[in-house]
Parts: sequence; C-alpha cells; structure tokens
Amino acid sequence: MKYNSIVLIKQVPDTKNITGEAMHEDGTVNRSALPAIFNPDDLNALEMALSLREKFGGTVKVITMGPPFAAEVLRESLYRGADEVIHLSDRRFAAADTLATAYTLSKAIKKIGEYNIIFCGRQAIDGDTAQVGPQVAAKLDIPQVTFVDKIEQIDDNSITVKRSIENGYEIIQTKLPVLLTVMGTANEPRYPSCKLVMKYKKARSAAEIKAESENNKDSNINFNETINKLKKKNLLIQTWDADNIGLDASECGAQGSPTWVAKISSVQLESKEIKNIESNYNSIKELISELISDHILG
Amino acid sequence: MENKGEVWIISEQDKGKLAEISIELVSKGRELADRLKTSLGSVVLGDNIKHIPEELFKYGCDTVYLAEHPDLKYYTVLTYTNVIYKLAKEKNPDIILFGATTTGRDLAPRLASILPAGLTADCTDLRIDDYSDPRSKKVLKDTLFQIRPAFGGNIIATIVNTWAPPKMATVREGVMKIAPPQNERTGKIININPEFGQKDLALKVIERSKLEKKVNLKNARIIVSGGFGVSSRENFKLIHELAHTLGGEIAGSRAAVDGGFIERDHQVGQTGTTVRPKLYIACGISGAVQHRAGMSESNKIIAINADKDAPIFKIAHYGIIGDLNQVIPMMIKAYKEKGKLSL
Repeated sequence: MKYNSIVLIKQVPDTKNITGEAMHEDGTVNRSALPAIFNPDDLNALEMALSLREKFGGTVKVITMGPPFAAEVLRESLYRGADEVIHLSDRRFAAADTLATAYTLSKAIKKIGEYNIIFCGRQAIDGDTAQVGPQVAAKLDIPQVTFVDKIEQIDDNSITVKRSIENGYEIIQTKLPVLLTVMGTANEPRYPSCKLVMKYKKARSAAEIKAESENNKDSNINFNETINKLKKKNLLIQTWDADNIGLDASECGAQGSPTWVAKISSVQLESKEIKNIESNYNSIKELISELISDHILG
Repeated sequence: MENKGEVWIISEQDKGKLAEISIELVSKGRELADRLKTSLGSVVLGDNIKHIPEELFKYGCDTVYLAEHPDLKYYTVLTYTNVIYKLAKEKNPDIILFGATTTGRDLAPRLASILPAGLTADCTDLRIDDYSDPRSKKVLKDTLFQIRPAFGGNIIATIVNTWAPPKMATVREGVMKIAPPQNERTGKIININPEFGQKDLALKVIERSKLEKKVNLKNARIIVSGGFGVSSRENFKLIHELAHTLGGEIAGSRAAVDGGFIERDHQVGQTGTTVRPKLYIACGISGAVQHRAGMSESNKIIAINADKDAPIFKIAHYGIIGDLNQVIPMMIKAYKEKGKLSL
C-alpha cells in the first residue's frame, strides 16, 4: 500500500542561539534580530514522511501556517523532496495560540481531504508547548501518538510505533489515519538535494509575492503577472487564507485563542560582574530572596 | 459572586503507585482551591487502584473521582480522554492541572481541543489574581496566572485564559513543593463507571518498558555541585541536602568523583556531562578549565569557596568566600524560611 502523508511544519526564531543583540533592554526577546529557521523537530517529521514514501510510495504534502516570509521553510521542504507544499497565510491568523493554530491547520487538512498519516515535530523551539499536534488530531477525530521515535510496522489500516516515555518506551498499535509527533532523535534529516534546489529556488507563495510588492512600492512588481509566470513554470506555492479553508475571523488568530500572554519578563541579569556575598546569614538570605524573585529558584 | 467550579488534578499512577508529580500538584492545587474558596478534586484512572484516593486525601484532596476499568490499566490517550471529557462536561471544574509528563503532555492538549478550553504548557508557577483583559476591557476576577519559560528559557511568560472554564495547564515536574501529609485527613470518593466504544479502544499499548530513574543532569534546572573542597563522601551529604531543599540534582567535579565522594555518572565537565541549568551552585570547586567547560553556560552560577583566588569566581555571578560547611546550612535555612513566606 502507498501512504499519503501530510507534514505540519513551522518557521521559528533560532532560540538556541540567542545573543545579547537579540534581547531588548527590558529583557524581552527581539524576534526580528533572530535568524528564522526550520523548526528542528519538524525536519525529523519530514524525514520520517519522506523515508516512508521511499519504502512504500505515496505522496508527501507539507503545510505551514505563518507570515509571508515563512514560505522559506516550504521551499526547504521542496529541496528535500516534498511533493506539494501549502502556505496558510492571512493576517487574521496572527497571534493564534495553540488551539486556534490547531483549528486552522485541521481545516486545511480537511480541505486536502485524503491522507493516511499526519507527521508533526515533537515541539517547536519558540513556545516548546508540544500541543498543536495532539490538538489537530482531536479536531480531526483521529488517534495520535506523541514522542514517536520509530515506525515499527505499518500495513493497510494499522500502524505500530515506538513512543518515548520517561526512562523508557512504549510500543503503541493503532489504526490509520493517525497523527504522529516525531522526536528529534528519531532520524538524521537529509540535506537539501542540489537538483531540487536548482528546480525550486524561485518558487514563491502568493502571500510572499504580495508582501514583496507591498514592501517595494517602487519596484513595480505586477502581482498578477508574476503569479501567472510562476504558475506556468510550476513554481507557485499555494496560499490559503481563512476564506479558502472556510474559517471565520472569530475562529482563528487572536480572536479564536483562549490563552493570552499577560506579561513577559526577563530571566537574565545583565551584570557580568561578580556580586560578592558576605558569608553571613543576612547576606545569604538576601541572595536567596533575589533568586526567588528572579524566578531562578522556585 | 458566581460559584467557582472545583480545582482538579489529573493524577498519574504507575502499577498502583501514585506519581510524585501528582502529589506536587495536589499540594499546589490545595493552595489554589483555598484561595478560590472551592474544593480540590482529583481524577485518577487505572485498574485495581482503590488505595490511591487515601493518598490523595492526605495531601489535600476533598474529592477523588475514581475510574477503574481493565482498559485503563495502562494510560492510552483515547480511553483517558473519553473518561475525563465526560466528567469535565458534567462537573464543570474551574481549573484542570496535569503533570508536564509524556502522559500529561499527550492527554491535556487532546482534551483541551475537544472541550474546547485554553491550555498552557509546562508551567513553573501558578497564581490566582485579577486580570484586566485589554481586548474585552473586562476584569477577570480571581483568574489563573500561568507562568512558564519560553523562547528556549530566555524569557518568562505569564499566560491567562480569557475563555470560560476550565482553565487548563500542564506543570513541570519538581517545581511545586510537596505539602506535609496529614494522615487523618479524608474525603469523598466518587466512583466512575467508564464505558468504551470500539473507537476508544483503537489505540493499544502492546509493550511498555520503564527503567529505574537514572541521573538526568542535562535537564536539571538547578544543580548543586561539590568539588575537592567538600573533602569527604560523608561531608557530601551537605550537597545532597542543599540539592534536595532547592529541588535540584547533585553533581560533582572530577576531583570529587576521583576522591570517591560521588558516582561518576554525576560528573560535570569536559569528561563528564555538559550542563546548562538555570542555577549552578559550585561548592568547594576551584574551577579548573575542564570543569568550567561543562558548566560555564549555566544561566546563573553561585560559587562557594574558601580560596578567594579560585578561578571559579571569574565566571560566577555570585561569589561567597567562606567555609561551605557554614555557608550551605545557612542557604538551606534561608530558603526554607523564604519558601514559607511566599505561600
């Protein structure tokens, strides 16, 4: 049997390499100063889908929800061998929490229709929530297995996977279709293929072209002309907005999100100077209080 | 004032043993329930687990919803979601807390998605306060503030849930303090009779392997590390005690390991583990370059050393020049007193 896969990916700020310049003075993170990258675990999800296709045949479709420039991770998916990529981009999607994101993604998946397996990375390195995958599975009413390390066996309607748990593992068997969230340790993601980079480096999503033409008013980019040109060359990445997937503004973005960030604070203290603490009880008590109020000690 | 629903803890048990995270959550849940003037309930699922409610009552639960069924023996996301979903729809709890374990982080989002309800992942603190919502201009009375690190731990975000209850959160293991048990405390058991359709049983655990807990320095938030200056295995008890009080892991320098004060799997440094905890407390460690290589990226470093010229002070954020045998007990005492105050 051939398996049709959908991979859900995200472009994230590279939080693993935050330098001083990427922090605002108030201690918050300046997102725009961080390089935007393919979420690491999502590369493992894509790899699992691609190797399944190599073994059994089928297709690999990739979806990302994000601003215009997030189409970069879709191109990177094409470079690695994805058959089709879809860009969910709409201002109405902005400021979505995990629930609104999952609802939006599930509507896009329903529009695609036919699939056997949905792959997600275990979690994204900006929020580290690991919530969107299970939330999508619930919206689609299909089983989920999280923290997957390996597909042990797969046939027409059942799948057996190895799931990582604290200090051990579980072997889980379930039915298709299923959603899997994949561990960063599951495999070694492949590099982009030179041939595919040459083929797709000029691929653009409609959202990207629109943003480019809005940003460079002088450059005279003709939107429709560019779209048609790309379409002819098979280089147009599909963009779906809320209307395309049948979503109302109240169901996505900030409005569709129950959770809300009330406050952001810093955990870093700027001083690199050593603070000398006297070896007496009052000084030590002050140090402990300071560490508690700085969220260093709980 | 409207009547608040209960605070719920979704307890975890493994082969009839209540998970430590669940006790931590019940302790915190008691505090939240008192603040909200509501009761504390816990849902526990499994097979042959009649002894579990008693444990939960001791730590502060008023009600235990006990779901026993052969198909609940091992956690599966579909059966557990089925039971908790039906119960939550019936009882309308105000808050539902889960451990941020591989179980909680699998179950909570699925449940949040179908309820639907807001969910915050991996919280390190929870508080009750009023919140003025800038979007709706409404003031949410006595709402749950969910505090968690984000952006790879570089910032702390405070999240509120602006929708109708339940407000859901998963909570990191080891951050909530366990309250002393009250052995005479008791409560009400409500038996749940789960019913499963074929769809709920479509996911099965066919094998499960769990090893004894190993040393996990890499993920430790707080590490208390001892060096040659601790001087003996006997005296290393001080390091254990401080780590235990702060909820941290213990570690040692190569000199401490070679001296037989601590086992090799606790070694931090070039030939040991590389760690980057939120707080690293170096006790009696001179700070050779090989040791520094394994811990210099720690978010905050406290160095305690009798030698004022020890290189460890060059990379420490806080330096205490003194005898660790005096300094460590003072730290333990200060933390215990401070902890009491913040409750």
